[in-house]
Amino acid sequence: MMELVLTVTAVALALAAAGAIIRIARGPSLLDRVLAADVLLAILGAALCIDMAVNRHLNNLMLVVAISVIGFIGSVTVARFVADRREQPNES
Amino acid sequence: MNPEPNAVDAVIDAVSAVFMAVGALMSLAAAIGLLRFPDLMSRMHAATKPQVLGLFLLLAAVGLQLRTWWVWPVLAVAWIFQLLTVPVSAHMVGRAGYRTKHLHKELLSTDELEAVVVKAAKAAREEEEDDGGNHPPSSAIENR
Repeated sequence: MMELVLTVTAVALALAAAGAIIRIARGPSLLDRVLAADVLLAILGAALCIDMAVNRHLNNLMLVVAISVIGFIGSVTVARFVADRREQPNES
Repeated sequence: MNPEPNAVDAVIDAVSAVFMAVGALMSLAAAIGLLRFPDLMSRMHAATKPQVLGLFLLLAAVGLQLRTWWVWPVLAVAWIFQLLTVPVSAHMVGRAGYRTKHLHKELLSTDELEAVVVKAAKAAREEEEDDGGNHPPSSAIENR
């Protein structure tokens, strides 16, 4: 049963990461890219958690916490210094 | 204590498998929301799902799979840390998005912040006018 769960979650997380990367590449504004990068980090943390659950170890727990710290610091820093540089104000 | 340990093991495995599948689907839902929603505010709504509920489900799956009680406090600390940092970064991103007008006004049902902004701008203008009204006499008094 674990192989089936691993396949399902791997496919779902791969599709999710692809969607987040498309939004990072396309996103019309800086804040959209920051948000998509945050989601990509959350997907990475989810993959680490699934690895821990399937293989029954706790080696990645510090990595999960570190990833949440990186996402927090990154989005707060970028949001602090954001300015409106779009050509049309409401294209979004 | 446990009459059928294998049956209990199977149930715990099934529960953690469901948690893992739902947690991964949260990430997929966030990505679909990022791609399909029209503006920053609604995309922020979608992005919160894997960060809080998804991480909770996956950490619960880890705890169920390891089958030891001492991992639960560690996992709870990791989840509470995420729970403390996510609202702060979402607040900062939402504030910057509102100030730089990354939103479609016509899609909002209510805009509670607009009344506050208008009131603050009015108060600032009145204060400036008061300063301008009082300024010449006070400077004249100082000059005398």
